[in-house]
This record gives sequence, structure tokens and C-alpha cells, in this order.
Amino acid sequence: MTEPLIYDLGAAGRRGVLLPDCDVPETPLPAELLRDELDFPEVSELQVVRHFTRLSNLNFSIDKGFYPLGSCTMKYNPKLNEDMARLSGFAAHHPLSDSEGSQGALALMYSLQNWLAEISGFKGVSLMPAAGAHGELAGILMIRKYHVDRGDTKRTKILIPNSAHGTNPATVTMAGYTTVELPADENGDVDLEALKAACDDTVAGMMITVPNTLGLFESKILDVIKTVHECGGLMYMDGANMNALLGAVKPGELGFDVMHYNLHKTFSTPHGGGGPGSGPVGVGEKLVPFLPGPIVGIVEEAKGEDDSPLYGWVTPEKTIGRMKAFHGNFGMHVRAYTYIRIHGDQGIKDITRHAVLNANYIRVNLRDTYHVPFDRINAHEFVLEGHFEGIDSVHALDISKRLIDYGFHPPTNYFPLLVPEALMIEPTETEDKATLDEFIDVMKKIAAEAKENPELLTGAPHTAPVSRLDEVRAAKQLVLCCRPIPEWAETTKSS
Amino acid sequence: MSYTPHTDLERQQMLSAIGVTTIEDLFEAVPSSHRFPKLDLPKPMSEMEVAAELSALADANEHAGDFALFRGAGAYHHFIPSAIGHLVLRGEFLTAYTPYQPEVSQGTLQAIYEYQSMMCTLTGMDAANASHYDGATSLAEAVTVSLEVGRQKRKKIILSPAINPQYRAVVRTYHQGSNIKIMGDSGRADIADLIEMLDENTAMVAVSYPNFFGQIDDFAQLAEKVHQAGALLVMVVNPTALGLLKSPGELGADIVVGEGQPLGIPLGFGGPYLGFFAVRNEYVRKIAGRIIGETVDKEGRRAYVMTLRPREQDIRREKATSNICTNQGLMSLTACIYMALMGKYGMRKVAELCYHKAHYAAKQIDDLKGYVVDMGKPFFHEFVVKCPMSVASINDKLIEKGIVGGYDLGLDYPHLKDHMLICVTEMNSKDEIDALVEGLKEAVA
Repeated sequence: MTEPLIYDLGAAGRRGVLLPDCDVPETPLPAELLRDELDFPEVSELQVVRHFTRLSNLNFSIDKGFYPLGSCTMKYNPKLNEDMARLSGFAAHHPLSDSEGSQGALALMYSLQNWLAEISGFKGVSLMPAAGAHGELAGILMIRKYHVDRGDTKRTKILIPNSAHGTNPATVTMAGYTTVELPADENGDVDLEALKAACDDTVAGMMITVPNTLGLFESKILDVIKTVHECGGLMYMDGANMNALLGAVKPGELGFDVMHYNLHKTFSTPHGGGGPGSGPVGVGEKLVPFLPGPIVGIVEEAKGEDDSPLYGWVTPEKTIGRMKAFHGNFGMHVRAYTYIRIHGDQGIKDITRHAVLNANYIRVNLRDTYHVPFDRINAHEFVLEGHFEGIDSVHALDISKRLIDYGFHPPTNYFPLLVPEALMIEPTETEDKATLDEFIDVMKKIAAEAKENPELLTGAPHTAPVSRLDEVRAAKQLVLCCRPIPEWAETTKSS
Repeated sequence: MSYTPHTDLERQQMLSAIGVTTIEDLFEAVPSSHRFPKLDLPKPMSEMEVAAELSALADANEHAGDFALFRGAGAYHHFIPSAIGHLVLRGEFLTAYTPYQPEVSQGTLQAIYEYQSMMCTLTGMDAANASHYDGATSLAEAVTVSLEVGRQKRKKIILSPAINPQYRAVVRTYHQGSNIKIMGDSGRADIADLIEMLDENTAMVAVSYPNFFGQIDDFAQLAEKVHQAGALLVMVVNPTALGLLKSPGELGADIVVGEGQPLGIPLGFGGPYLGFFAVRNEYVRKIAGRIIGETVDKEGRRAYVMTLRPREQDIRREKATSNICTNQGLMSLTACIYMALMGKYGMRKVAELCYHKAHYAAKQIDDLKGYVVDMGKPFFHEFVVKCPMSVASINDKLIEKGIVGGYDLGLDYPHLKDHMLICVTEMNSKDEIDALVEGLKEAVA
């Protein structure tokens, strides 16, 4: 099933949306500044609606089915959140409005800052970073500025376990530091001896994901934090797996100095086909002055019980600066606020408890069929190996693609890197037992197929809109744009 | 309220399957000293109550639904056709993940490919990525690309002071850990001054088109001089203006970045927005972010897939030039649908309406006693007004009349104290503009 490109649907002279006539006297346009005719689609509104509706039908989504994608927390995105973000008081509010005229938006951000701080045991939160990786950069820049501010300029290294997401080492490089990778021990934890050997006065800090990307709570996390702190380094927690921690433990109380939240994972803001995300950062006492900002503060206390305080923008004293224009992905803040508000204290705890329950339930039901390399109580996700003794032709990717035929989204493949043929499974709390049972049955059926008829797997998917793609061709014969290059482009290029 | 569907019976069955008694037993790996802390959050609420609370918060804002808005400065109030919201809210787009599994993500992939294609057309570039967080972070990433192109030997980055001040701040935040020199924007340098700063150590020069003051600078010499020095020309552009004005490609830009918010994305108090990023072919392998390319499936059917993947952080790790992992997926979809709906005719029409209305407003205001509009350069839909009193005091009077006045340029440019940046779009009717003019007049009366 191939959908034509939007350009191919058009006809010269056809118009989509009509705009009003000009109601003011016109000013002559400056001819020398004008462009040639814009080579854009000429399509009707109905054509646009059908085109994008048909495209949408080619997608898998949470609204359509189970999405056990490890480390991505593909939980249900409540519809209420979308309606709230689209209230015109939020959606049509200009970001450079005066604070006095933005009290609703500022009050919301202020509460969200405080709730996120409370959930993770931190002293301050900035909502500005636009995604998890953006929060990581903010966090490492804060660590850097903290050391520089103290005149401690010889620290150049950040320690990272080898199970880390790729964003971690990439962040370290962006911030001007060097990555030192640490091995895992036989239990999947950080190797404490290797950590001790690596810790000295050139270490600026350590980035670690808790629970780690194997879905395991680091059993020696307090020792890890203590070791790094003793050499003068600060601890960064990658909050990608925060769905395993709500109401279970507060990273700030464990001793972490800074972490980012993924509102698009833990707090249910939709993934939108790859974004927008939102990656606020929380910090302990030491790093509060360095938060990216401005952030929201109370600039005038309430005068009585029925009065509201006056909220305004506050720039942290030693801020690392702005991470983006304006105030962060505010629309995501509205959704996360709504989500936390509706759950309240008890509901927030229930999220994590059921996410962990669901993940363990799948693991114990699959451990006799698939090899589970770290077969102990896991957190919100776990990793199994997607291959079978004596069947060399079948890989994790083939199991993933076969799941598509059964109506499930594949798990995360080939990550973390330390497990061969890794399949990382994260069900989230919003799935019911019947769905989990169905998934378990299908995984067992696929294991049987791998033995009896491996071609069913290696040729999968059989029912998707397209079969496996030629990715080599995409990279070699690079076609990134469907329009021809205008003539003038050739001439300006050669000049 | 909770979105967990478990019944007591199911919970029990699942716990016995796992071999534990209570859910709490699953958390024994968490240090007992820190396990199950007190959580001081509000009590749960029903959907009805939450909706009422949020509506009250939303109503407490002076927003463009209730006020006539003449503020831009990086975020613009434009008409958003109804079809966009209906399409973008489809769960198949909204609740899909990054298209790592292309067989079940062709909708997202093709939409991004179409977005990339339209951004290439609009900017006059050969390739565009799937987007960055916003215009400011796109510019910060352009700096990284120019350093790579300069093989990390060229260390000087020249920024025009007429680039959005927040964008320049973000460039400095991003690059505070490196030993590059960011200069050019501390005073009032114009294009000729920027050209003077070029040398063999310069990696890039960035200018804004139109600039932060709404004006269109004379770029006649710029590209040639920048290229002679071996540096890259980066343009920060407004996509609405490009419906009317020469494309940056035609002006000799090597990298074009900007804020895609005007393309159908609501003001939304500043985000989520859309950082677009487009380049000439020779730099495509150096850029960050997701890129979608065309290919075929096993049956030879045309299909789309994320390509040039080895540039990205999940593969290259510490050798990647950027850590970006998400894109503004839903926002690039929004812009794609907007550009399709507007089409060739609508893109031009919106730009013309902005141009005419802004010029009408500028003339009326310039005629007012005490106000002077800077007419020294051509402008698009924003212009600078020298006011006879502080911008804050004028805006305080305007808001009482239901008008959100212009941006106070003195906040960012000390020499522009009492200067207001006024923005007029197709959303401002003649009546609104006349009311603004009247309001400004009365403010000094």
C-alpha cells in the first residue's frame, strides 16, 4: 500500500484554505526582494485530510495496540491532557506576555516545579529543557559550572556505566568533558572496584540510569554515590526509568545531585512520532544556583488566605543560562500537571507499583521459553535474549518483526549493548492482565515458530503496510527531498 | 483517579505467578533506608474537577483569544486552519513512538519526508532534517556543524546583534564547555561590520532574515565575503516571510535555521515549537538530528526510513556531535499539514497580508505625535517604534483597552530604551490596528 506524495495530488491553480481579502490600503511590494513562485503543493482541504488520514493508518500507536518498547515507557496518554493543553488560555498565550497577565500559566509551572521536586526529593527544578537529552546537557553543564565556580578546573572526566543510553556519552562530549566507561559486574550492577579505581580528582561526576537499562535497581547504589562524592564528583541520574521509582524511592534522598525527568515517558505526555518531549531538571542544594532559567518563583507573597501570591520569572544566581528560547515545552507542562493532579499522592505511587508488577509478570512467564540473562526481580522493564540454541538464522530483530504480524509493537532491539540479541520489554502500568497474557502467548508461539518454520520470522512482517526496507540503499542513494533543485541553486553553488 | 486497569483478583494472580505476596515485595532491591518515602502531593481529583481547575488557570492569562495581540519577537499569532487540529490529534500520529520500526511507521516517516521537502523548497536548501527543539537550539546546532566543517580549527563564531537575543543566549549556553570565541553581537554591528570581522579563523557568520527588528538587511556582499574567508553563512529566518521574500539559498546561505512555530503551531506560551534546520548537500553528513530518506521495501515498493543513522548518539555515542534523540515530531507534522493546506497560494497570501497590515500600522503610528517608526530599511511584519515614554507604561494603558502592545526592546538592547517592537499579522483586523493607534495616541495624551 503506497500513499502518493502530497505534491503528486495537486493540480495547478487548486487552493486549500482561503484567506480574507486585505482590509487595509496596500503598500507596494519591494520587487527586488521577492522570491520566485513557491513550488508548493496545490491541493484541496479534503485531499489534505484524506492524505494525512491515510498516512496515519500506516502507523502503529498506543491507541491501536500494546507497545512494550523498553526504555520508552509507552503508557496510555490520557485524552484529558490533550484537551487541557488546547484551552485557548494556554494555547493562544504569547510567551513574552507580561507576568501579571500570565498568572495562570506561571501558577501551573510553579506547582509542577514543586511536585516534580517532591516526587524526586530535590530542592529545585527548572522546566526549561525540551527533552531528556536536553536535560542531560543542562545537568552536565551545571556540574561543570559548579566545579569551575569553585576554581576546581582540573576535572575533565565523567564516568558512565557501559549499559548507558547513547545520549549520556554524547552529552558529555557536548559539554566539553571526556567519557570514561565503567564495566558491569556479573549481576548487571556497576563494578564497584572498577569505579573506585577510576575515581580521582579529575572526575567531574558520574551519569547513571536508575534502575539501569537492564531494568535492575543497582543493588549498591548508595556505595556508588558515596564513592563518587568522596572524590569530589557529582552524581547525575538519568531519569529515563523514573516510571520505576515514583513513590518507591526519591533520587535526591539517595544522594543524587541532579537528574532529568522525561515528561513524555513518566508523566504520559504523548510521544508524537518522536517528539516533542520535555526534560525538566531537578537538583539538590548545591546546584540550585546553577539551574537553567529563568524559572518561576513567587515575587510577592499572598496577603491573606483568599489571596494568591504573585508569580514571576526568577533567574538563578549562577545560572548556566538559557537552554532554549522562552520557557520550555509549556504544552507538555500542562499535560504533566494534569496527569499528576488527577493521580494525586496515591495514584502516583500506584503507577510505579503496577508498572513493576506488569514487567515481572511477563518475565516469569517467558523465562522458560527465552533466556533471561539477569533473572531476578526486575523493575519496570527487563531484558531477554532474542535467539535460540541451534537456530542461527533467527535474531532478535526477526522476533521483533514477527510480533508486528500479531498486532504488537516490537520491544527495543539490541539495547543495552552488553546483552547479545537483546530484547528489552517494558509493558507500563496501563496494560491489563489479558493483554499481557496475550503477549506472553504470542511470544511463546513465535519461539515455537522459530524452531519449526524460521522463515516465518526472517521474512516478517507479512501483514504490515510495507515489508523490510532497503536501508543501505536509503543511505547510499540519498533521496531526502522530493523536489528538483531550482536552476539558480546550481549557479549560486558554483560561485 | 488512575489509569491502571488491575482488579484485586488480577493483582493477586499476578503476584502468585511471580512468587511474592505483595507488590511491595518487588522493591527489595531499593535500599530499605530510603524505600517508600512519604509523598507530599495533593489528593487525587476526578477528571471533572481537574478540568475545572485547569480552565480557571487558563482563563487567568491575557491571551490572544481575548486580546488584540501586537507582540511577536520570536513567537507569532497566525491563523491555524481547523483541519490541522483534527489530523494532529489522531492517536495514530499522537501516540506513536519514534519511527525506529519503519514497517509500522510509514505514516510518520512519509509525513516527515514531505515536511523536509517543503522546508527545502521554502529555504532554497538541498536537505532538511526532521527538526530540532526550536529556532534557538537549531542555531546552537548550526554552530556545531560549522565547527565540524572547519575541522575544529576555525574557532570564531560571528553573530549579528540583530539575531533574537534569546537565540544568542542559547548558543552561549550550549557552547560554554568549548574554547570557541563567540563575537559580533556586543554592540550595534551592521552587516558591513560583520564582514570586517571575518578572518581565516572564522567558522561561521550568522544573520537574521528578517532580523529581530523586522527589517530586511542588505545581503548583497555578505555571502561572497563569507565564502571568500572560507566560513559558512548561517541564516536565521522567519518561514512566513519566505512565502514572499527571496529564499536564503538564493542569497547564498549554507545553513538555514529558524523557528517553525508560525507554520500552524499555536503560541502555547512558548512551546512546544519547531526548530527547522536545512543545509546545502555538501554538509548533510555533518548535521545532527533525524533525517528521513526514500528507499524501497523487499517488494520494491517506495517507502521511507531514518537514514544516515551512524551520525546519531545511539550509535556513535561519545563521538556524536550532538546528543539530540527526539525531534519535534508532532510539530513538524503540524507544519507539514499547514504548508500543504496553505499551498502555493496561501503561503504567499499570508505573507502579503502581514506585510500590508504591518505597513499600514507603521504609517499610522509614525504620524502620531511623539512616536517615530524606523523606516530606514525595508521591513516585513515587525517594526521598531521610538516612544515618548517607557514601553511598560504604554503597555499598561493598552492592556486596559484589550490590547497586548509591542515588545520592550530596552530589555535586551540598552540603547533601545523606550523602543517598542510591534508585530502585525493577518490576525489583526483594520479595526484592531486602528484601536492600537488610538491607544498609543491616548497613552501620551
